[in-house]
Amino acid sequence: MARTADGPAISAAALTMRFGSFTAVQDVSFDVSPGEIFGFLGPNGSGKSTVIRMLCGLLRPSEGSGHILGMDSSREAESVKRSIGYMSQKFSLYPDLTVHENLSFYGRIYGLGRRLHERMDAVVKQLHLAPYVQRRAGALSGGWKQRLALACALLHEPRVMFLDEPTAGIDPVARRELWDFLYELAGRGVTLFVTTHYMDEAERCNRLGYIYLSRMLLLGTPDELKADPRVTPDSARWYEAGLDGVEPPLEKLGKQEGISDVTVFGNTLHLLADSRVSQPQLTELAGGLEFREGAPTLEDVFVRLTRLAEQQRRQP
Amino acid sequence: MMRGLGGIIYKEFIQITRNPATLVITLLIPIIQLIIFGYAIDTEVRNVRTQVLDLDNTPQSREFLNRFRATGLYDIRGYVASASELESAIVSGQASVGIQIPSGYGRELSGKRPAEILVLIDGSNNTIASQTMSTAQTLGIRMSIEQLSGSSPERSLLIDVRPRFLFNPALRSANFFVPGLVGVILFLVTMLLTSFAIVSEKELGTMEQLAVSPVSRGGLMLGKILPYLLLGMIQMNVVLFFAQFIFKVEIAGSLPLLELLALVFVFSSLGLGLIISTIAKTQLQAMLMSFMILLPSILLSGFIFPRESMPLPIYWISALLPVTYFVEILRGVILRSAGMEALWDEALILTCMGLLLLAIATVRFRKTVG
Ligand SMILES: Nc1ncnc2c1ncn2[C@@H]1O[C@H](COP(=O)(O)OP(=O)(O)O)[C@@H](O)[C@H]1O
Ligand SMILES: [Mg+2]
Repeated sequence: MARTADGPAISAAALTMRFGSFTAVQDVSFDVSPGEIFGFLGPNGSGKSTVIRMLCGLLRPSEGSGHILGMDSSREAESVKRSIGYMSQKFSLYPDLTVHENLSFYGRIYGLGRRLHERMDAVVKQLHLAPYVQRRAGALSGGWKQRLALACALLHEPRVMFLDEPTAGIDPVARRELWDFLYELAGRGVTLFVTTHYMDEAERCNRLGYIYLSRMLLLGTPDELKADPRVTPDSARWYEAGLDGVEPPLEKLGKQEGISDVTVFGNTLHLLADSRVSQPQLTELAGGLEFREGAPTLEDVFVRLTRLAEQQRRQP
Repeated sequence: MMRGLGGIIYKEFIQITRNPATLVITLLIPIIQLIIFGYAIDTEVRNVRTQVLDLDNTPQSREFLNRFRATGLYDIRGYVASASELESAIVSGQASVGIQIPSGYGRELSGKRPAEILVLIDGSNNTIASQTMSTAQTLGIRMSIEQLSGSSPERSLLIDVRPRFLFNPALRSANFFVPGLVGVILFLVTMLLTSFAIVSEKELGTMEQLAVSPVSRGGLMLGKILPYLLLGMIQMNVVLFFAQFIFKVEIAGSLPLLELLALVFVFSSLGLGLIISTIAKTQLQAMLMSFMILLPSILLSGFIFPRESMPLPIYWISALLPVTYFVEILRGVILRSAGMEALWDEALILTCMGLLLLAIATVRFRKTVG
């Protein structure tokens, strides 16, 4: 079935999806290598879930094609379905069934047969679900629901996993644990396609794609994206300063010619200044804060490039 | 073709036994409906409230009123003093019938001119109206003949028409309604539960999860049909049992034949349930659509009103409803002990309808899932 071991695990070629006159996804192309964690970012409604649905064979693309392990997502949908795991952005298990029954059900519909119990035991162990097997899925907390959903999606040992906002609405500890588990999966050679809104999660991905208004704006490793010349204009530099409880004059800095993208991350002030503003001038403007040269964060990358795309769209 | 069927059935049965609503809908509500409908839909007319204006007040007029009373149809509740009072008793709903006996009735009985009795009838309930009218007229004719021939009531008639009822000898309306009710209940519940079972997966988002799994459409559809088919058959037997128990409606014909034909019928309601589930996005929508089909099925299937007396366009609509044929089958087997040789045409029509509806459901299912 699967063609070559070294071809891309997921491949999107000029994927386009139109709903009536509305274009939800426009000409999106990318490849994901086996064992890679690919992070897919973009504002709500930008088309992330629609891309996943096309790749999983749930939607037939209006144009272009998607391939999973070399198989066409729409023409070989049946084989594709056996090789992928999918966790939709909405919790989609049966709340009135217990953890055990949910697993048993998904195992049956994937036709695991004699391997059902062996596989159920394996995923229960991997995701530490043992204390909850007799509990109704509807009575689990958000983090445990996500674990159960992941367990169900992993029963048939898919080589490619699609996770649509798997950490939306779960607490930080559960989020951390989920990511640890995703690394474990990637280590075993499973290819992961994850959508998220969290920048720290984006940092954890091997490669990222950023989709904005149905188009793919950016594609690359986190470091590649931060080094993008469009993020840091020729003469400008990124600076940061420790705050140590000092209230920074954000408004004053923001109004200053030559300074932009003033943000506070926890205890650090972060900004972009061009050649009109020198480092000593910065310190003076900021009331004595010590600045050092920094690098753009992923958030800077997305904010600046979104703004750029907006400008280009307004004045073609 | 049927990939995933076992898994779906496994899950469906867990959900059925776990969800109290399903069990209430299938077992408790039908029994309540049976009791309510069975007692409420009663077309036997008795004890109609009657007021009397007796302006004559002679032994003859009192004898006349006694004859009215003896029919059991008129319940003389009281006497009024004037014609306007009599009319207002009917207008206000206090009485459905008003009998006015003119003064001089006793005298005119033996005179040349006919004695005129006025019977005021509230026409707003046509069943009561027609029965009280025809009985009053019959009574008038009988008493006229007796008066003319001077004979005793027993030997007064030259022609005596004596009807004999072949089935349902006591003419109990329960015998007429209960078999139809069994059909209507079976229809509603199987249609509603199948559409709910599918629409709830859409609402939960699990339908999308099923669509990325290797479950085939055939497996999913059949997995959603078979559990409710079984539930429907169990339910029919429970309702039949209670019908015998409460209303003494015995099954005159063959029970296995009835079960077989019910099975044929249920495919139509399951097919309709599937079609509804391809249109409805929420369980509320599914419920409203089911009731849109249910309403004509109750009113036009012959369950309440005889099809023979329907206007032609309505009659043709009733011919399109699966319930029409099943009610016919139920009455046939339960009351008339009819066999396959009498019911083959209804059975054939139901088979065709079931196949057609399932075919439409299959085509539509393909479009909406996945
Ligand atoms: N089945 C559909 N029919 C019509 N419009 C849709 C459909 N699915 C998604 N959309 C629209 O496509 C756009 C992208 O949706 P989606 O892919 O869900 O975005 P995201 O996952 O990035 O939030 C949205 O504007 C959404 O309303
Ligand atoms: Mg989405």
